[in-house]
Amino acid sequence: MAILVDNDTRLVVQGLTGSEGRFHGLRNRDYGTNVVAGVTPGKGGQDVEGIPVFHTVAEAVAEAGANTTMVFVPAAFAADAMYEAIDAGVGTVICITEGVPAHEMLKIHAFLRGSGVTLIGPNCPGALSPGKANVGIIPGEIFREGGIGLVSRSGTLTYQIGHEITQLGLGNSTIVGIGGDPVVGSSFVDILERFEADSQTEYVVMVGEIGGDEEEKAAQFIESHMTKPVVAYIAGFTAPPGKTMGHAGAIISGSAGTAQAKKEALEARGIRVGMTPTEAAEIVAEIARS
Amino acid sequence: MDLYEYQGKELFARFGIPVSEGRLATTPEQARDAAAELGGTVVVKAQVLTGGRGKAGGIQLAQTPEEAEARASEILGMDIRGHAVRKVWVEGASDIAREYYLSIAFDRSAKKPLFMFTTQGGVDIEEVAESNPDALVRLHVDPLEGYHPWHGRRLVYGAGVADPSEQKQIAAIVEKLYAAFTASEAMLAEINPLIVTTDGEVRALDSKFTVDDNALFRHPDLAELHDVDAADPLEALAREKGVTYVKLDGEVGVLGNGAGLTMATVDVVTFAGGRPADFCDLGGGGDAQGVVDALEVITRDPQVRSIFFNIFGGITRCDEVARGILQALDRMGIEQPIVVRLDGTNAEEGRALLRDADASNVHTEATMLEGARRAVELAMAG
Repeated sequence: MAILVDNDTRLVVQGLTGSEGRFHGLRNRDYGTNVVAGVTPGKGGQDVEGIPVFHTVAEAVAEAGANTTMVFVPAAFAADAMYEAIDAGVGTVICITEGVPAHEMLKIHAFLRGSGVTLIGPNCPGALSPGKANVGIIPGEIFREGGIGLVSRSGTLTYQIGHEITQLGLGNSTIVGIGGDPVVGSSFVDILERFEADSQTEYVVMVGEIGGDEEEKAAQFIESHMTKPVVAYIAGFTAPPGKTMGHAGAIISGSAGTAQAKKEALEARGIRVGMTPTEAAEIVAEIARS
Repeated sequence: MDLYEYQGKELFARFGIPVSEGRLATTPEQARDAAAELGGTVVVKAQVLTGGRGKAGGIQLAQTPEEAEARASEILGMDIRGHAVRKVWVEGASDIAREYYLSIAFDRSAKKPLFMFTTQGGVDIEEVAESNPDALVRLHVDPLEGYHPWHGRRLVYGAGVADPSEQKQIAAIVEKLYAAFTASEAMLAEINPLIVTTDGEVRALDSKFTVDDNALFRHPDLAELHDVDAADPLEALAREKGVTYVKLDGEVGVLGNGAGLTMATVDVVTFAGGRPADFCDLGGGGDAQGVVDALEVITRDPQVRSIFFNIFGGITRCDEVARGILQALDRMGIEQPIVVRLDGTNAEEGRALLRDADASNVHTEATMLEGARRAVELAMAG
């Protein structure tokens, strides 16, 4: 099984002819992902190493049967690209682009309601189901197939924790980076719900960070809706209030959004929290052994 | 990006929100001239990007131009919560009958803009929310629906504003504030206090306005308002070089790739008994030049006694990072010990480059935890 991306994924890359889009699109194909199309307005009819390029996402859906898109266009055009993909009937939209204005995301989030479309990102590393498909920029070689679902607001921190888990001889069903912006398409709760329903996933690691209240909402959801064990890690225990720590969403405002508050909310519901990536991986290994 | 009070008020005025007439001054003489032009009693207000100005003595009344000059010379150069005052705003004093509070903020939890309004203004709004939650009217706006007059009515009637003229004026300000908020792509637009004068006129007496950094590219007029001198000098240098850098207060320079991993590194250094000097994120595609730039910023901080590179290569290639470190050593002659932990894309190649260069102050460690411990040890020894 796995979630979001798998052997049934038929990927279109919006921005395939750009240098980044090309590099990662081809890298995803090398991993085994079925990359069926690219979209660049004005470059329809061309191809990128055999991948046909279309002017519009609608054509990529109609002619190449794309069901998932990876958005790799500059921030100024990313909202337009996401709307186009949603309208074209692509079921899963994964937006890697960093720097999408927050007000755009408010509107897109409202537009998505009831559409049935899943949006991951923006400002995220994508999704990887080891052994099946990789959509995004996650280095596939450091992960192997297994039963751990991994969901994170951060990119490289996900690699760090995934790596520590792999070193312990364990593997992943799917790794999902939901993105570090204040408003993203899918929340922790959205992804946890999918992991709970996924037969390959045995337990879940959730990697959060300071800012917002998504970890607190996840804690409530885990307590009331999940049977699978969840282990959490939160970055930013020692971050000072009022300073944005790299991610637009990672800021402690007033007394809200601290790592300590998130840890307490999770632990109050019986969810174990590692204070370092290593500690989180060790808790996972302990659960795996029992 | 935060706007100064005077910038926020100028923005309010552009959108038709009533504010008092005022002038900006950077010298006591300018403050005197401003007071003379405005006539009557004026208020001299420190312009800093932090709260607590009033308590710190940064807001003073002046009856005459001479007094305005004297007050300005006291306020200019003042340090308010670590912010040096370099500008004052001089405006006509208001006869205040009542103080209200109005704001619209980006509510990331609900994923909608959120209005907050109360007739108990002029104080800390979090206090009102806690002590008298019923007095604070909260109302979300659906971003697709946008503003409609009923939003204004709900706020005004909900908070119990009884006077018809006030109701009308406030509802109009609510609409204009929403327009300023969306047109400027703000994260926060706050008026505290929103005053009613003894003549019954409603005006914004203060402004707190934060714009989304990610949207600045399409608001050049707002981007221009950014005050380079207000930032920490190291943060300003970093911004110039395109390095994501936040100054902290310790001795271990922290450098990672990706915000989450760098945040985790700051934590781990602290847990290992050290104090991080900074949060420095090389970002996604960090190349050798990016590493050199980052090291230039970090080593400019005289408190730094050791540097910890914690890199997990994805898009970032570890050999590029290693090359950057070696180039920086060549060009800048860095004296502090550098602890390097490389994993992920091209980690082997990166480690080999460092090994071959055999620089006396470069130490490689296998894991994040070991690297942090070593960097802390070296900072303490140095």
